[in-house]
Amino acid sequence: MTKQDKAIEQNMLKPAGLNPKVKYSIAALLLAALLGGIWWMEQTLPASSIIFTVLKKGAIYSLIAVSLNLLNGFTGLFSLGQAGFMLVGAYTYAIFTIPPESRAAVYMYYDGGIIDFALPVPVALILAGCAAGFFAFLIGLPVLRLKSDYLAIATLGFAEIIRAIIQYDKLGPITNASNLLRSFPVFRSTLFPFIVAGLCIAVICLLINSSYGRAFKAIRDDEIAAEAMGINLFVHKEMALVTSAFFAGIGGALLAMFQMMVQARAFTSAMTYEILLIVVIGGIGSITGSIIASFLFIACSEWWLRFLDEVQFIGGMQVPFLRSGFRMVVFSVIIMFVVLFYRKGIMGTKEFSIDGIYRFFRRVFGGKAGKEAAPHE
Amino acid sequence: MSESNSVLHVENITMQFGGVVAVNNLSLDVNKGEIVALIGPNGAGKTTAFNVITGVYEPTNGRVDFCGETMVQNYPKGKMAKEYKGENLGLYKNAIVKSPDKITKLGIARTFQNIRLFSELTVFENVLIAKHMRARQNIFSATFRLNHKEEQRMRREAMELLEIQNMGHLKDDIAGSLPYGIQRRLEIARALATDPKLLLLDEPAAGMNPQETQDLTDFILEIKNHYNLSVFMIEHHMDLVMQISDRIYVLDFGSLIAQGLPEEVSNNPKVIEAYLGVTDDAED
Repeated sequence: MTKQDKAIEQNMLKPAGLNPKVKYSIAALLLAALLGGIWWMEQTLPASSIIFTVLKKGAIYSLIAVSLNLLNGFTGLFSLGQAGFMLVGAYTYAIFTIPPESRAAVYMYYDGGIIDFALPVPVALILAGCAAGFFAFLIGLPVLRLKSDYLAIATLGFAEIIRAIIQYDKLGPITNASNLLRSFPVFRSTLFPFIVAGLCIAVICLLINSSYGRAFKAIRDDEIAAEAMGINLFVHKEMALVTSAFFAGIGGALLAMFQMMVQARAFTSAMTYEILLIVVIGGIGSITGSIIASFLFIACSEWWLRFLDEVQFIGGMQVPFLRSGFRMVVFSVIIMFVVLFYRKGIMGTKEFSIDGIYRFFRRVFGGKAGKEAAPHE
Repeated sequence: MSESNSVLHVENITMQFGGVVAVNNLSLDVNKGEIVALIGPNGAGKTTAFNVITGVYEPTNGRVDFCGETMVQNYPKGKMAKEYKGENLGLYKNAIVKSPDKITKLGIARTFQNIRLFSELTVFENVLIAKHMRARQNIFSATFRLNHKEEQRMRREAMELLEIQNMGHLKDDIAGSLPYGIQRRLEIARALATDPKLLLLDEPAAGMNPQETQDLTDFILEIKNHYNLSVFMIEHHMDLVMQISDRIYVLDFGSLIAQGLPEEVSNNPKVIEAYLGVTDDAED
């Protein structure tokens, strides 16, 4: 089949696509199946199973990767400040939810800290997002006048500064300085991060498909033309940055809940690079790509590629190179491979959709589908 | 020529980059319903003049009025105050700066010499983006679809525009994959979608063959009448310029060397010299 034929067939299939009602029912069904499946696994598998770690952390990283993709992939702003926003979110959540009775133990060097109340979890999660968004707003004021590389360096610098400030001794009564925060409410069920991250990603999708999302994409494609179309560059970039930071903040709070403790030292730039790696592997500009890549990345780093960090023997022979840290070498090779040969990542800028699957099946079973599609024309 | 009739009034514009004066003391007017052309050899400063009018550059000195309202005004400041080589120093005392998006909102739309479409988006989205700035919405109402009536209106208007331009069948095509001539027309359509009073066209016929140029000529006249526009354009194709311009300004080395009706300008010895290079001819 020539390229042209394919294009014509695709065009023909377009009007014959699924009607929205069927589409939404299938989507709802798939979603219910996913959540049901997780629930079922929780009932049958032991709670310590590695699969839950992968699912929980994968869901959280999905949200953070999508929030970074909103900036890098959809607005064309190359930001490396995500770890900083996560840190702000994680700390805001932790600080405001530690129950008063546990504060004395957590803030043992600071007389139990200066906050003596605890907010409910949903409020604290939103507050975590707002705090990250507020910091993003402040940084955006000077930084968004910069372009590409300079913006990346400035946001990276911000992330490092915020990490240093939180560890500042004088802020101890609030942030517990370089000591870790713990005892805040966490989740047990894998469903919690799935639902929260799912809702957040749904909101990001809605934003991207709205008039503002189109404006972001216009800025990505051509700043000068976007400005000539009446789009205020600074205002729109600021919006994208604040929204991205808001969801990264919520992601950071979820990560804190997952780890059951939070320490500023863990939120290094290496964390941002991990997320950037996910976005690049998944495809810059593809939400579903980021989600798929998140789960793949977490599964590899936590599960499938774990053996690379341990000394292994095959038939009495020690396998060379395998030792602690070798996993990271393999990851570096993977990213080089992706950047050199597979530049668009798993999904490119395409999205995984029910319509897409439908079209795919019609293409695969071409002969039959062709006849079926004919009456519609 | 009454004041209320003037759409664009450019007064003593000088644009100096470092020591180079790109546009020197340029004054011109575009009146309601006129098609005015700006011509001149390569490097004469035509596109720079466009960029000053649309706010991409801040002029070093001078003023631009749009529909009787001062839109841009500037005078040499700081280091430029010492280096300034132009005229009319001290005529303008305060600076008014508007960014390109505000100027577009006032009603000036433009196209670019080297096409600048949103090449990864569809034809429909390209036009729809132009509707964004005038929509009554904010980021929350847009995200949570509280503005669906506004969104519907935007989509309907964008679609209507595409249908009028005979591009309705292309609506789902990726803009960057279209043939060159269509991309040019899409860029004009996109500019029209911002509801302009004045349309600035930067070399709309660049790279077109005679037939395409003729089509474009008809197209410009058609949209001018249909949308009640004034058109100000830079163009090299003399047949196009002579055919549709009401008046012509000629720029050479940043300065205005001639202006007037097409036939006046085409017979002006200065213009012929600038275009054909009389000294070269004398040597032959």
